[in-house]
Amino acid sequence: MLRKLPSLGRAVGLSLATIGFSSALMAKTELTMYYPVAVGGPITKVVDNMIVGFEKKNPDIDVTAIYAGNYNDARIKALAALSSGKPAQLSVMFSIDVHELMDQDAIIPFDELVKTPEDKQWLNSFYPTLMQNGKAQGKTWGIPFQRSTIVMYYNKDAFRAAGLDPENPPKNWDELVTAGKKLTVRNSSGKVQQWGAMIPSTGYPYWMFSALTKQNGAVLMNQDGTETYFNKPAVVEALSFWKDLGSKHRIMPDGTIEWGTLRQNFLEQKTAIMWHSTGNLTTVKKKAKFDFGVAMLPAQKEFGSPTGGGNFYIFKKSSAEEKAASFKLVQYMTAPKQAAAWSEATGYMGVSEQAYQTKALSRYVDNFPPAAVAKDQLKYATAELSTHQAGRVRKLLDDAIQSVLTGEQGAEQALSSAQKQSDRILRRYR
Amino acid sequence: MNRTRQLHAWLLLLPALAMLAAFTHIPVISTLFNSFYESPIAGKPGQFIGADNFRFVLDDDIFWKVLWNNFWYALITVPASIALSLIMAIWVNSRLSGRAIIRLAYFTPTVLPMIAVANIWLFFYTPEIGLINNLLEALGFEGQNWLGDPDLALPSLMVMTIWKEAGFFMIFYLAALQSMDTSLYEAAAIENAGRWQTFKRITWPLLMPTTLFILINALINAFKLVDHLFILTKGGPNNASNLLLYYIYENAFSFFDTAYAATLTSILLFILALLAWFQFGFLDKKVHYR
Repeated sequence: MLRKLPSLGRAVGLSLATIGFSSALMAKTELTMYYPVAVGGPITKVVDNMIVGFEKKNPDIDVTAIYAGNYNDARIKALAALSSGKPAQLSVMFSIDVHELMDQDAIIPFDELVKTPEDKQWLNSFYPTLMQNGKAQGKTWGIPFQRSTIVMYYNKDAFRAAGLDPENPPKNWDELVTAGKKLTVRNSSGKVQQWGAMIPSTGYPYWMFSALTKQNGAVLMNQDGTETYFNKPAVVEALSFWKDLGSKHRIMPDGTIEWGTLRQNFLEQKTAIMWHSTGNLTTVKKKAKFDFGVAMLPAQKEFGSPTGGGNFYIFKKSSAEEKAASFKLVQYMTAPKQAAAWSEATGYMGVSEQAYQTKALSRYVDNFPPAAVAKDQLKYATAELSTHQAGRVRKLLDDAIQSVLTGEQGAEQALSSAQKQSDRILRRYR
Repeated sequence: MNRTRQLHAWLLLLPALAMLAAFTHIPVISTLFNSFYESPIAGKPGQFIGADNFRFVLDDDIFWKVLWNNFWYALITVPASIALSLIMAIWVNSRLSGRAIIRLAYFTPTVLPMIAVANIWLFFYTPEIGLINNLLEALGFEGQNWLGDPDLALPSLMVMTIWKEAGFFMIFYLAALQSMDTSLYEAAAIENAGRWQTFKRITWPLLMPTTLFILINALINAFKLVDHLFILTKGGPNNASNLLLYYIYENAFSFFDTAYAATLTSILLFILALLAWFQFGFLDKKVHYR
């Protein structure tokens, strides 16, 4: 009996140790992260691999990354999870959702988590234009992850056929019109066989429009998302120019141009130039049966394109440990090495200068120069339209643009009515 | 005895009732309830604002536009798809060789999901590379920007809807035609009735119950089927092809104005209830059932 005691003690000790050990396992911080995919390719696999790399480095953190559809779906799911019992701790969501997420009191600024000098250095390492959509009220709420801009794809063969220099694509609006006229090919009966240029006007008209307004030296809203400038003369002028490309210069079809089929139009050489997201680069590269080039969008007063894509956000409804772990994950995912791998795999931009200095990405860009255009254009880029009640305000502008392009209203009239309605919506946030 | 039977009846009804209550009736009531409140912000419930949401509906130009669009959409697609399905049903009911193949061909659009159909039609309608414009141009006509022209966008959606719906309705007509009493037709033949007369006096009246059933379905679909809008036009250009349910979706999930979406949903429910009442209360009495 007595001799048995120690073994009993050992057994108790062992089982206690087991409990202790398993509770140590339980103490692993668990993170749930939603992310959207808006372009093609095996992106979920890329994300999974990055997560595995992170977990290997941080054995005390367990990450579940959940693919959540497009940007809209991801926002709906993340917010729904928040109001249910099982919220996510961080998410990749549309960069322009920032004001709405703040209004919902859903996210925290990264400034709360940045403590060490290294953290500060990391926060300052991103391209400033990519940070614009993540900032409000003097704080940083979103960290750039999958980001893009609009670039000009052009058909070099068509340029040659029209007697234009294929290495010298249009650099300003006038050149665009002149080149467009030469590139618009009509048959004997006057029917257009190939258009000079196409700018898509369904899906995301406001996005394409911010490129034109930036080129004309204007922005569409203030940093805090409480004011819009839809009726400013430079903005009206930009919309008139867009309309003129079709109705006056006749280098673009009348009416709206479908976002979804535009790439096919370009690939089938029905248009010599298209403006589209950098996200199409890989597909165009694979499918074009002609010599194509990628260039910065042409300038009027200056070069310009809005940025686009998704940022990392950290949710308020999580414990201090979870926030710290989320912060670690965001830092890992946006570090130069991962950002470079991400950019190469997807066609999205490397989010920092250091990402382009990595061996992998610099070699990729050297071999495929079009991949660098988006990055070079960043110096001239501006934030994507993002305000409080973003969905509603965006639709006001979308509708105004479409009503002008289809000839229902004049640019001045449509934009001032959109501005009036947007003022009514945004007044209570000022 | 009677009481136990009553109890049995209710017990048998209970599962279906519970499901209907959980997924239909309770949501309907909470939708009505929500339409008198503001949208909740930051998890805090919104204030009671009485009929303010409904007052805003009256001022909302887009609401009137989508309602008007929906009215035209129903008015054109419902009779057109019914007429087309009837013609197709009579055609494939006649004795012709290879009719199984034709029936299958007519039914195919119904089997395809709306999203898939819309993706196919997107490339039919698209200018420059689209099937329809290429056909028109080959025949010497001018191509159109079908989905990009505000005057053509909604009619283009209608054509696709009619094509999609007719095959489904054909099945019901076909079933009705096949269960018809052939002696009536023999009698008509003896009386030397013409084809049109036979159709008008025999086929059409006997098909009335089927037609009513199809009419109800088609009308409801005209309001509740908006999947194709997500792919084809997103309601554009400038709401020219926007429909009520899609506008509700935009308010709820793009603008996060759930209260206004609830208000619009209440209006949609009211319209559908009115239609159902008209059909069951009025048309039903006019229909000849055997």
